[in-house]
Amino acid sequence: MSWIPDTIDPQDVVVVRGDDTLVSSNPDAWWKQFYLPAVAGGLAVTLRNMIVNLFNRKGMPTIEYPEERRDYGHRFRGRHYLKKRPSGEPRCVACMMCATACPADCIYIVGAEHPDPEIEKYPVRFDIDGLRCIMCGYCVDACPEDAIAMTKEYEWASYDREDFIWDKEYLLNWRDEKEVDDGYQPFEGDIDKYRMSRGNL
Amino acid sequence: MDWTGAAISILKAFVVFFMVLNLVPVLVWAERRGSAFIQHRLGPNRVNIFGITLFGLVQPLADVVKFMFKEEYVPAHANRAFYLLAPVMLLVPATMTFAVIPLADTLVLGGRTIHMQVANLNIGILYVFALGSLSVYGIVMAGWASNNKFAFLGGIRSSAQMISYELALGLSVVGILMIYGAVQLGEIVNGQGELLFGVIPKWGVVTQPLAFVLFTIAVFAEANRLPFDLPEAENELVVGYHTEYSAMKFALFFMAEYMAMVTGAMLIVTLFFGGWQIPWVSSEALRAAVGPIPAALLQLGSFSAKMVFFLWFFIWVRWTLPRFRYDQLMDFGWKIVLPLALANVFVTALVLYFGQGLLS
Repeated sequence: MSWIPDTIDPQDVVVVRGDDTLVSSNPDAWWKQFYLPAVAGGLAVTLRNMIVNLFNRKGMPTIEYPEERRDYGHRFRGRHYLKKRPSGEPRCVACMMCATACPADCIYIVGAEHPDPEIEKYPVRFDIDGLRCIMCGYCVDACPEDAIAMTKEYEWASYDREDFIWDKEYLLNWRDEKEVDDGYQPFEGDIDKYRMSRGNL
Repeated sequence: MDWTGAAISILKAFVVFFMVLNLVPVLVWAERRGSAFIQHRLGPNRVNIFGITLFGLVQPLADVVKFMFKEEYVPAHANRAFYLLAPVMLLVPATMTFAVIPLADTLVLGGRTIHMQVANLNIGILYVFALGSLSVYGIVMAGWASNNKFAFLGGIRSSAQMISYELALGLSVVGILMIYGAVQLGEIVNGQGELLFGVIPKWGVVTQPLAFVLFTIAVFAEANRLPFDLPEAENELVVGYHTEYSAMKFALFFMAEYMAMVTGAMLIVTLFFGGWQIPWVSSEALRAAVGPIPAALLQLGSFSAKMVFFLWFFIWVRWTLPRFRYDQLMDFGWKIVLPLALANVFVTALVLYFGQGLLS
């Protein structure tokens, strides 16, 4: 319950915050006009912080980036990659679902007839413009073939704008060169059932 | 001509100059790392030479290299002559101030008396104040010549601030001058070697506690350090008077600022903390125990330790207190610090006149 002292000076400032009543003494009290006690109090705070940090450097919140990395969640939406069939070809069937779903209009696909009658089409071109992409992950959701997914890759700085246009070969193969965890992946299981359970169809 | 004497003088000048000059990068390092640890950060720890970072001490070296090789840029709208003169006007007084600070007791070697200060001027403290007030010209000149509104405002603030606190600075020392009966810094330090009531060192901070507080406040204002860094005030004035300066010219301003800090710390130590005095150990006893040169070195160490503490104090205060508002600064200087300094002089005079035996 509230803590209120027996005597409250009419000059005192009473602060009510939730259940706690804080009584701070009159800010205009003559001895507070010197400010030096308050200054000394402030100096004590900073010195304590510094000493604590000096002897407990592991306790500091700093993440020393290139050596240490923040552990992002498994649904992190980083750079895309195209999944392959066992034969090494892309699983993509050039259905344009992702390009249609893309709000940034950054996916460019040219489809063509596939020689194998089991596979309807395949992409001749599959480009993603990394500078236009807003990393929303709608392409991953839209894909009926689970052919596109995202990784936790976020280090893609470059000196050339051209480097950000990822073509089919690059999207298929870049993960061979760089080890990076899977990020946002297509939903596994019955998506409609899941949506029903969440109440949003 | 006394060639040995001249050589000793030159040597002293060089040693003191390079000591102070090299303190600047170390101070910058302490400032950045210290502030980082106060704010739960790590601070600069990346720059290295073959993997040696020395807790970030290599960073100032990299900064110096950067300053050296940056483009020397003079804005077209600036007044070129004064623009180039201003950093020099600020740095020269800042480097000259250290000449009168005694770093150790007078050394007698082979019949030669060596004062452990670059110049044993008989006007002592007045020389320091004279040069200290010169530094405002550099700042005002920089603000004016840059022809930039932020620089100009910084210059105005600086001049107003310096004038307000110069008086308090001078007046707060008057009590010390009365008690030790000297303006020569060497004699003031000698006077602080005695003991009060046989137990407490007769340091300025004991005999003049109020003067110490006022002097420290005024020194902060003179050195343009927070909470009185209105001439710079990065969030209002970009960086104030040196907004238009780049490369080495900016570095000169930076150096002058830190040198002013060193001057301030040295003055506080000399006037209020016994200078090179080691408490309860008299200079004669020390010389008899370890010989003259080690004694001088020990005293230099004592001086340096006190000075380093106050340099840290400057940094510590900077990362604790917020900046004053302009009118608050003026109010504080004229309505509080100045009257208190005057009252201190008055009370000290009364005590000295009526209670001669009390303090000795």
